[in-house]
Amino acid sequence: MSEPFEPKIVGFLCNWCSYRAADLAGSARIKHAPNVRIIRVMCSGRVDPTFVLKALALGADGVMVAGCHPGECHYLEQNYKAMRRFHMLKHALQAMGVDDQRVRLVWASAAEGQQLADAIDQLVEDVRRLGPLNWPANWQEDAQRLKALEKIAHEHAEAMEVLS
Amino acid sequence: MSKPKGKLALYWAASCGGCEIAVLQLDAKILDVAEAFDIVFWPVAVDAKVRDVERMADGEIDVCLFNGAIRTSEQEYMAQLLRRKSKVLVAFGSCSHEGGIPAIANLNNKNEIFQTSYRDTPSTENPNGVYPQPETQVPEGTLHLPVFYDTVRTLDQTVPVDYYLPGCPPEADRIWDAITAILENKLPAAGTVLGDDTTVCDTCPRKRSEKKIKEFKRTWQVIPDAETCLLEQGLLCCGIATRAGCGALCPQVNSPCIGCYGPNNGVQDYGARLMAALASVIDANSPDEIQRIIEQGIPDPIGSFYRFSLAHSLLRRKKLAKAGE
Repeated sequence: MSEPFEPKIVGFLCNWCSYRAADLAGSARIKHAPNVRIIRVMCSGRVDPTFVLKALALGADGVMVAGCHPGECHYLEQNYKAMRRFHMLKHALQAMGVDDQRVRLVWASAAEGQQLADAIDQLVEDVRRLGPLNWPANWQEDAQRLKALEKIAHEHAEAMEVLS
Repeated sequence: MSKPKGKLALYWAASCGGCEIAVLQLDAKILDVAEAFDIVFWPVAVDAKVRDVERMADGEIDVCLFNGAIRTSEQEYMAQLLRRKSKVLVAFGSCSHEGGIPAIANLNNKNEIFQTSYRDTPSTENPNGVYPQPETQVPEGTLHLPVFYDTVRTLDQTVPVDYYLPGCPPEADRIWDAITAILENKLPAAGTVLGDDTTVCDTCPRKRSEKKIKEFKRTWQVIPDAETCLLEQGLLCCGIATRAGCGALCPQVNSPCIGCYGPNNGVQDYGARLMAALASVIDANSPDEIQRIIEQGIPDPIGSFYRFSLAHSLLRRKKLAKAGE
């Protein structure tokens, strides 16, 4: 009945290096897992932790942030900022019980199509092993809640009927 | 006063009671409130019952100030009831606005909380493993307790909310501003958070220069000097990401901002914003060093970044145990 689990991965790739690496992987016909939905950003430093959390909250099973190698940022040192944010975020996600394998920071220069493809394959494989994150479902309360509410409303119905 | 009196209700759900005290902080102005409004429902101070509210017509209450998060079925029922009976529903204080301190319990589930509270704490003796039940049979009949939810929610995750008064608790001046706005019919567009659209740093009198931190310190580790920015002294001060409106009271008494006024307009996730801002001031470029600074200096990331806003955040709580686990 159930289909095999295919991880949904969102990838934030920087315009100057990693996105070009993905382009290169494409034009060089390097094969990699098709699970990554790539979003191009101008710089890995543009990736607000909100983006990553939103991806996970909307149902992604993993997130990749990719940028230029340290020291090679098009905007001088914003990828260092990305690195610090990433560690901060990973620290918080771990505390929420999210396995730190699910979010990954990758450096890939414009020439490293193969490396990016390998990193994607690796992430997909790791997340496949971890299984679905299914974060939105954690938010759902069991049916007990609605039953309890109905019961209170029922018990109080007498008073409510006086006016209506 | 020739104008007919308005009707005011105040209610508390999952909260500590501090918001009730904050209303009394209005001081002598509370008399002006009493002159303008009949307080028709306020369990902590007025002897009106839930039945009295239920017997009101829909929309009969002009303003309801609702504090506290939603944790039990009873609280959810009261939120729905007061929404129905009130023209204007105000989420009053951090708990109803963002989940507040009670929402940190979303790191655990109901079973874990019950086991800690009714079994594991050293002062608890519960050899028969008795836990609160929604229904208990006794010779006289059935006793009811509200159902305790797994997840703490904010008021606006439960019912539509018209305004938000942030703060833990909201400052008296701000409460008065809101009440005056209501009295003079000068309320802003519905959905507005009644605070300033700037950060606590903007209202903080401390001296700021370049922020570069090699180490985060906990409040007990240092006695900060009274002039310099607390963040620059290594204390995890949340002022950089927090809405102004409190008057920067905490930093003025050498205590870092803990972020009770919540995010500014347009910020979807308070903690993410704070993380981004704090990450920018870390003065290190090697992954190991960065990790050390963060892990040593911030041992409790959820409690530090989401102290008041876990329910409201994008973090979808910790995984619930499956039935039977």
